[in-house]
Amino acid sequence: MRARARVRVRRTLLTTVAAVGTTALLLAGCAQDPDESPDQGAPATGKSGGAAQTTLTVGVFGAFGLQEAGLYDEYMAQNPGIRIEQTSIERNENYYPQLLTHLGTGSGLADIQAVEVNNIAEITATQADKLVDLGKAPGVDKAAYLPWKWAQGTAPAAKGGATVGLGTDIGPQGICYRKDLFEAAGLPSDRAAVGALWAGDWNKYLEAGRTYKAKAGEGKAFVDSASGVMAAVTGSSAQRFYDDQGKVVYKTNPAVRGAFDLAASFATDGLSAKLQQFTPTWDQGFSNGSFATVSCPAWMLGYIQDKAGSAGKDKWDVAQAPKPSNWGGSFLVVPKAGKHAEEAARLAAWLTAPAQQAKLFEKRGSFPSASAAYKLPAVSGAQHAYFGGAPIGEIFSKAAEGVPVAAVGPKDLVIAQNLADIGMLQVDQKGRSPQEGWEAAVKAIDNALDQ
Amino acid sequence: MTDETVVLSPSAVGPERPAAEGGGRSGRGGRAQVWRSRRYRWDLRFSPYAFVAPFFLFFAAFGLFPLLYTGWAALHQVELTDPDSMTWVGLRNFTRLWDDEFFWNALRNTVTIGLLSTVPQLAIALGLAHLLNYRLRGSAFFRVAVLTPYATSVAAATLVFVLLFGRDYGMVNWALSAVGFEAVDWQNGTFASQFAVSTIVIWRWTGYNALIYLAAMQAVPGELYESAALDGASRFQQFLHVTVPSLRPTIFFTCVVSTIGATQLFGEPLLFNGGAAATGGSDHQFQTLGLYLYEQGWVNLHLGRASAIAWAMFLILLLIAGAARLLRGRKDSR
Repeated sequence: MRARARVRVRRTLLTTVAAVGTTALLLAGCAQDPDESPDQGAPATGKSGGAAQTTLTVGVFGAFGLQEAGLYDEYMAQNPGIRIEQTSIERNENYYPQLLTHLGTGSGLADIQAVEVNNIAEITATQADKLVDLGKAPGVDKAAYLPWKWAQGTAPAAKGGATVGLGTDIGPQGICYRKDLFEAAGLPSDRAAVGALWAGDWNKYLEAGRTYKAKAGEGKAFVDSASGVMAAVTGSSAQRFYDDQGKVVYKTNPAVRGAFDLAASFATDGLSAKLQQFTPTWDQGFSNGSFATVSCPAWMLGYIQDKAGSAGKDKWDVAQAPKPSNWGGSFLVVPKAGKHAEEAARLAAWLTAPAQQAKLFEKRGSFPSASAAYKLPAVSGAQHAYFGGAPIGEIFSKAAEGVPVAAVGPKDLVIAQNLADIGMLQVDQKGRSPQEGWEAAVKAIDNALDQ
Repeated sequence: MTDETVVLSPSAVGPERPAAEGGGRSGRGGRAQVWRSRRYRWDLRFSPYAFVAPFFLFFAAFGLFPLLYTGWAALHQVELTDPDSMTWVGLRNFTRLWDDEFFWNALRNTVTIGLLSTVPQLAIALGLAHLLNYRLRGSAFFRVAVLTPYATSVAAATLVFVLLFGRDYGMVNWALSAVGFEAVDWQNGTFASQFAVSTIVIWRWTGYNALIYLAAMQAVPGELYESAALDGASRFQQFLHVTVPSLRPTIFFTCVVSTIGATQLFGEPLLFNGGAAATGGSDHQFQTLGLYLYEQGWVNLHLGRASAIAWAMFLILLLIAGAARLLRGRKDSR
């Protein structure tokens, strides 16, 4: 009995220790140590030279392009003491809430984090105190950037007025169109003539659509979706959802309501293919040629090329949009909580410098937000083979320089999303009247903005 | 099992005690003995807790704490942009749900999608299990085959269904038009979209439930069928009068599990909206409670409101459970 008891004691102690130990291990495993966790897709072979290495992490969403364009490798070659690792989350919807929680707790952050343009106002307004003032970082030249892009990354004066976000790319828009469909409908197909069809006025774009439909016949859609038109038109307005004082004004702003009604006309006149953007059906629409035009920011050219495939080659072209307009773009921010904030700021400045932005455009089609890059041959001379050799550098530079400085607000994304996915979609796909669609959107936005 | 209960009961520890006290009589050996037996008693008393501790630690960290903290957050106005600053608002987040038409719409959708998916799902599962219960060639193959949809990820299954239910190039509409029906806009119709979402759920979970039923069916004594057959009952009559009554507790169990699953429905309606927005369609026509909770918390960033919805869902489940219990209690007493 005694002997058995002793054995049992020992065994229990052992298992207890094992149990507690396992728990501790598991719990420790949950707490991520950014320095030790091997990040996916990171170049595992850091130069293990004699000098002490500093590992900088970059957190991005989607296929951001910095790594793909070889910018990290280039920086590491120039700075042997630095190793760069990247983590990527596919969708910004998942990336952004996580970034906010990490900023809130001051842990789990990468040394550099990307921020989408629709979120930048919320970041500058609510998180500026947790971010490094990159306006003062070595190597940053304010004059190189488009003024409105610089302003978007800068916190309001009440929050210290620091420039916490450095712009990477922007989304100046053109109108992508199908040459063959235009020809079949008796419209001009040369990109200068097409641009001239609607130059200076979005209403002329609608008129062109009506002409197209009259000649092409029933069942031939002019645009992919009414909400795409709405995004393009609102992007060309100097005031959108917020006024300069930061008040929500989308409800009373005639520019927003005008854009909504104009876009709704595309739906009510039967000019729209009634698709929802970034859905599989929309993708199929590109390959099936179910619409003749789509308002396309620079970053969408690659998307069209992917989706329309080789069958669409020499059919697509890109013309100047009726008015300069912007859709999308991103920023880099450096959290103060990072261990290497100083080196990270230097890297962020380098990554967003005009020369690197030009490389990103050349390799990935992300259009530079640094206007100084437009003069570089990689941009000014750029042509897109898939789009009939269109001089995209020229077309998008012209659009970029004409984009009005619009005040961005913290809830831009929510407002834009509900206007498109509730209001305009009801008009486009459910056949509701524009007034009904507008009211449904307003109701959803009011609910979303109410804290 | 019996050994354990003996060990755990205090009376079993008792007899050890006199020996320990007796050991105090003589020197060091005695003291060691006291220590040993004391350790033995501690071991008996506390080591079971050490064994179960990992579960409770995890449960406290990832189950209980989030539950309570969510309840606490539900009483505050708190935004994801600044989760540390919470403003006390009492029950406002809950009371406002009364006037929140989006909440009621989501609740209604959850119920209808839940019924649309659960009822056919369990009925089909029962029928399938009945078929699988026959002696047939390659039964193992069929049993594995019915379970394969369950092994598919929600995301993959839903993305395929989105293509199948596509308005312009979907296979379902193609088949419908081939037999002379009008193409249906599966995304936009209220019933059409809810039906489409339900089919994904049915497709994924029917096999799982069928296997549970099958397991229960195999426990039904064969004599019951034999005597039923002797009485001249057809296969269907046997199913109705022998199988189904014997399966009643299992059916109840699957109903409970499916109800919980239906209340939490999230992935299918989220991804069925190809744009991956949490609106559940342009008219919120297939926005479930889970989706609305996600929209409030992770799109609109209102953590307080989202927490209140989470707790409302929890309370609704408790209500359903209570109702089911009452119903079952009445049935059993009959």
